[in-house]
Amino acid sequence: MAALLELENVRARYGPVQALHGVSLEVDEGQIVAVLGANGAGKTTTLRAISNSVRREGSIRFAGKSVGRGGPDDVARLGIAHVPEGRGTFAELTVWENLRLGAYTRRGSIKDDLARVSAHFPWIDERRDQQSGTLSGGEQQMLALARALMQRPRLLLLDEPSLGLAPKLVTEIFRIIKDLNDVEGLTVLVVEQNAHIALQLAQKAYVLEVGRVALSGPSTELQQHESVRRSYLGY
Amino acid sequence: MRAGRHSRLIVIAATVVAIGLLPSALDGYHQGLAARVAIYFIAILGLNILTGYTGQISIGHGAFMAIGGYTTAILSHDHHMNLLLTLPIALAISFVVGLLVGLPALRLSGVYLALATFAFAVSVPQLALKFSKFTGGSNGTQTDTSFSHLKLYVVGWICAGISLVLAWLLLRGRIGRAFRATRDSPVAAASSGVSLPIYKTLAFGVSAAYAGVAGSLYVIATNGFAQPQEFGVTLSLQLLIGAAVAGFGSLWGVLAGAAFVGLLPTISASAPLIGSAHGQDVVFGLIVILIMLLLPNGVVGLFAAVGRRRHARS
Amino acid sequence: MSALARKLGVVAQRRKSTVGAGVSLPIVGALVAVAIFLVVGSLSSSIFAQQTVAGLAQGAVFGSLALALVLIYRATEVINFAQGEMGMAMTYVGYQLTLWGLSYWLAFTLTLAIAFVFGVVVQLTVIRPVQHRSVIAVVIVTVGLFILTDGIVTWIWGADLKFMAAPFGNQVYHAGSVAFARQDLGVLLVSILSVILLWVLFQFTKLGLAMRAAALRPAAAALVGIRVNWMLAIGWGLASVLGAVAGLMTEPTQFLQPTMMQAILIYAFAAAVLGGLESPAGAVIGGVLLGVFLNLVGQYVHFVTSELRLPAAFAVLLIVLVVKPTGLLGRTQVRRV
Repeated sequence: MAALLELENVRARYGPVQALHGVSLEVDEGQIVAVLGANGAGKTTTLRAISNSVRREGSIRFAGKSVGRGGPDDVARLGIAHVPEGRGTFAELTVWENLRLGAYTRRGSIKDDLARVSAHFPWIDERRDQQSGTLSGGEQQMLALARALMQRPRLLLLDEPSLGLAPKLVTEIFRIIKDLNDVEGLTVLVVEQNAHIALQLAQKAYVLEVGRVALSGPSTELQQHESVRRSYLGY
Repeated sequence: MRAGRHSRLIVIAATVVAIGLLPSALDGYHQGLAARVAIYFIAILGLNILTGYTGQISIGHGAFMAIGGYTTAILSHDHHMNLLLTLPIALAISFVVGLLVGLPALRLSGVYLALATFAFAVSVPQLALKFSKFTGGSNGTQTDTSFSHLKLYVVGWICAGISLVLAWLLLRGRIGRAFRATRDSPVAAASSGVSLPIYKTLAFGVSAAYAGVAGSLYVIATNGFAQPQEFGVTLSLQLLIGAAVAGFGSLWGVLAGAAFVGLLPTISASAPLIGSAHGQDVVFGLIVILIMLLLPNGVVGLFAAVGRRRHARS
Repeated sequence: MSALARKLGVVAQRRKSTVGAGVSLPIVGALVAVAIFLVVGSLSSSIFAQQTVAGLAQGAVFGSLALALVLIYRATEVINFAQGEMGMAMTYVGYQLTLWGLSYWLAFTLTLAIAFVFGVVVQLTVIRPVQHRSVIAVVIVTVGLFILTDGIVTWIWGADLKFMAAPFGNQVYHAGSVAFARQDLGVLLVSILSVILLWVLFQFTKLGLAMRAAALRPAAAALVGIRVNWMLAIGWGLASVLGAVAGLMTEPTQFLQPTMMQAILIYAFAAAVLGGLESPAGAVIGGVLLGVFLNLVGQYVHFVTSELRLPAAFAVLLIVLVVKPTGLLGRTQVRRV
């Protein structure tokens, strides 16, 4: 069975600087896959290449079909939700408006989606009319995730969900992601600097270095891998 | 490298000779037209110094032309001053007004500055209407004496030449570098001791002075009449467009820009289909839009691109 | 991009964040004080009342055009110098439709539809290719559009004065010793209606929300599937409609001539800056305030004759830009790079 998402020799650059030198990876339906690596390794760029937020070369296939090189809006309409660095929420708009925007590509009623989202994040209901920029960091991150869920995506791209969050919140968010994966079979590609928790969450992981895949494999293997332990797990 | 420098000097020399010989080939009317190009040349050069080199957008240079023009007209009409003498006075007055405008302009940038200068350009003719005791109101003021077409041509192009040389000297030296620094990296400039307010205001003054001289000549060129409607919005817009066509930040394209603004309306007025007075606006507007769409760096950019391609081939 | 373009264009690429407290209390207080002043003045002097109402109507026109400018500026940080001329051209279209036998209001509605299409087309053909470039490049394109539109209108219809039937008639209502022109009241009504309709669109519809999102954060908007470029085009269409409304509403007093919107553009600039270039409510309030201000000053300050109206607006513009560039209702911007 073909993977849900296939990247083959994807290259990307910012102006004269080449950020990705040929990244290939696969995500099967229902999997959680992690992308690890140091700062500047190209993790964020990989996600941006998938969502057409950066110009890229190479082949990207989603559900068997080649992803065109249009714009991020095309990718969203394919059923890929990208929660970028900086969360991608609209700070000037209310929580409610952010959620409605998340459901932009959906037709028909979104009441069910709202109910789902409220179930996962109970505080959202009472804060509907609050300007989302005034939420705390953790709440904004959860809002970003909720916003993506409103899209009912087939694939969720998460860029460093743990960034700037207290450890308790990090655990909470990752628990929710794991939940969604278990219960609803949501496919997730998550970029993380926190390798420890990422490897616990994901079934498979890729390690990027300087724009290339240096290592890949099941998380259990990588957790035991000598260089991974030394560089990313700290022991 | 040497070949490049030499060929540039040859081009300059050839242009100077051509300009010198041109009047003999033209009748009075066309000499007047060619003189107009000189006038636009001076004004656009001034605008380029401001917008191209220090990055301050002005859509109000018609107002400075008005100031210079009215100075000449009033001095000639009320005080019977020699027209040539009025030029340096117009220059001085415009320079001062430019400095005065440059001061509040320090607080503005980008579109805000464009808006403010645009409103300034619209207001000045209105002020001329209001203070009709000095300015003659809607009838304007007329100079006592006038120039023949040939004299206008000669004076105009000599002034243009002087302006160009002065600009070149100004911009290649320390002041020019300071100007460019305020445009490209204000923070770096300020932290290395380049006083931004002084240079930005100075640029406004210099650029206004150029426009003032152009305005004086402009009044002389239009039968010596300084009237509010001569200095309307359209004039400021034309100057801005001329500077854009020239390619901001380049002195050499200014000639092309001046020719474009000075000649195109008249040429298209005589074209068969478009003949009427406002067909020329259609052509002008269309060409401006096309140029902005197709030639991002103005005419100069086009030449640069052609030059590069030729080098690549050889 | 050249260094110059980068410097001038930097403004166009930064997105501003306006998170935080709402309109400041002193400003609201000042506005309320002004409103009270106007009411009291109108009750005590019939001339004051007349000038105020006339000023409100003129201000409504300024506000409509200012709103158009703000719509486009908010979405793209572009000032459309051709906004007035586009509105003028649409007014001529309406005029032509009445010449062809349509009733005024039918022509009015049809003109608004045509104006919408016109705005969209302009954005797609002329603005989109340059909107990523520097501020000044786009400014010049709109300037070229200004000249082009002016030329086309004069070419087709000529520069002589024309006159369209006044939509609200020439009746004058009397309340006590005060005379109110029906035309002025009608202009106010139409302008208020168009502002309300626009507000409803932006606050309560999916499209309006998408347009707001696209204007605030284009990158984030694209990620949720919004076609940002289409939103921009629609924005230009709506702005063009507003410009047409302004033109049609002012035509009875200005008469139909190619230059009819040029002064109004300046007033609209001043109004937009006064209200805050990123605030639609500010544009409308700024317009109304400016209209009333100019009329009252023109009436009671003898030095300020009709020639000085434009310089007076310029003075207002300048003072606002120097004292509080974000205008009355603009919030202090936090620049997000």
